[in-house]
Amino acid sequence: MTFRDYRRRVVNALMLGVTGVCTMMAVFVLLFILGYLVVSGGRYINWDFLTKLPNPVGESGGGMANAILGSGKILLVAGLSGIPVGLLGGIYLAEFGGGSFSFLVRYAADLLNGVPSIVMGIFAYAVVVLPMRHFSALAGGLALGVMLIPVILRSTEEFLRAVPRSLREGAFALGATKRRAIATVVIPAAIRGIATGVLLSMARVAGETAPLLFTSFSNRFWSSGWSEPTASLPVMIFTYAISPYDDWHRQAWAAGLVLLGLVLFANIGARLILSGKLPSLRKG
Amino acid sequence: MSTVDVLFKPADMINTLKENTAALVNPPVSSPKMSAAGLNFFYGTKQALFDISLNIAAQKVTALIGPSGCGKTTFLRTLNRMYETLPNTRVEGQLLLEGEDIVAMDLPKLRRRVGMVFQRPNPFPKTIFENIAYGLRVNGWDRKMRLEDVVEASLRRAALWDEVKDSLHKSAYALSGGQQQRLCIARALAIDPEVLLLDEPCSALDPIATGKIEDLLFELKDQCTLVIVTHNMQQAARVADDTGFFLMGKLIEFNRTKIIFQTPARKETEDYITGRFG
Repeated sequence: MTFRDYRRRVVNALMLGVTGVCTMMAVFVLLFILGYLVVSGGRYINWDFLTKLPNPVGESGGGMANAILGSGKILLVAGLSGIPVGLLGGIYLAEFGGGSFSFLVRYAADLLNGVPSIVMGIFAYAVVVLPMRHFSALAGGLALGVMLIPVILRSTEEFLRAVPRSLREGAFALGATKRRAIATVVIPAAIRGIATGVLLSMARVAGETAPLLFTSFSNRFWSSGWSEPTASLPVMIFTYAISPYDDWHRQAWAAGLVLLGLVLFANIGARLILSGKLPSLRKG
Repeated sequence: MSTVDVLFKPADMINTLKENTAALVNPPVSSPKMSAAGLNFFYGTKQALFDISLNIAAQKVTALIGPSGCGKTTFLRTLNRMYETLPNTRVEGQLLLEGEDIVAMDLPKLRRRVGMVFQRPNPFPKTIFENIAYGLRVNGWDRKMRLEDVVEASLRRAALWDEVKDSLHKSAYALSGGQQQRLCIARALAIDPEVLLLDEPCSALDPIATGKIEDLLFELKDQCTLVIVTHNMQQAARVADDTGFFLMGKLIEFNRTKIIFQTPARKETEDYITGRFG
């Protein structure tokens, strides 16, 4: 074996090792988080935790039902406000956008995507909390909704662009107008991708804490309606984790596990949709 | 005089002869279904078609042949204005459908009268039934007829009914490539177009599927006018009544298929047909 061959083998083995280790690390982080959460919080998830209100300070036990429901309410507001804007904007960009206006919109969306989430909270604070004079699920939902817009906008645009032109032309050739072709052929062809984008972005904002701190704030009781301070899982985790009580620490771990479980659930759901049994676009 | 020529009045012949020297390159057609005169086409500033004049006979198969990039597909796409899906395209000259100006026509109406089948099968991500029904749903249909009946009739016309009648509500993507292309033909036929444009409809198919589609074309020409772009010269010779040869954006020669393939008037045509270039 010549020196060159030898060196080639050594370099090959070395690089394979490095890439392998890096891959392992990426997987390890997720497994570590999952494992740690299960170990630290798994024991404290019980029926009470999922169905009861937090107990008064100093009393152990109790649950986070209000935070689970609150997170749901805030996400509902976020979805109702952010998803339509993102979807329709994405359709506009993909199907009607071409000029400098679309360039600006696209650029603005990318910038918006990079805005720190706490700044989104300040925005919602100024726009909703100050005029209403109190914290609310509405304000928290809006802060998260604004965060949804750029992500959904861009993913919708990308998936619509990926629909082959031949499908559009097929619809045009049958006398369909552009609007009709988009509504009945292009969007149905891209719907799985679009739905996945929406689900993933919802999962992403479900764990946001900073924008909720001074918008929905928190609440140790049920909040009736939409305009009261509302508990949410991320804020509860934050509050409980920095508290001095061991019991609260344990409950924070449990809440973390519940939150991660919900996000993973949505994630896996999204992937099932994407690789569903529905026929693939590419065939033929 | 060949048998075809006696079908036309001598007066027509003389008129065509008088009109232009293109008589050699344009077979006499008494009342064309579609016609182009002095047609120029531009992609941006690049001119793709030069002064095309051509008559498409009703209820015949007209084939357009020529090497890649010669403009035959571009020409085909002017006939239903499909070029308008691309930005910065421009057409000059006259395009007529039964004497009506194509460029001025209402677009959905034009597309309803002039159907199109594409190079690659492009079924919609819907069921077989909904694929066929699409054109009807978009354009409306005679409510005295049941949608189911129109779908069945269209599938029969495209010789696909027997193969799919039990799976009408399954996805069109489950069909083979050849079946998908016949589905696309059935889809186009469902709205009863007067003209059907076919852009290399067999280029993605194997010889057996190609044979089925060619058989279909023979049957269809009784019902509508067919214009087919093809790379396959045997195919043009087999199915077409008239054939036009395009080269570098110009219509070099247009005549009865038999004449084009046996006694072409232009050297370029002969060279292409005998495989000397292209």
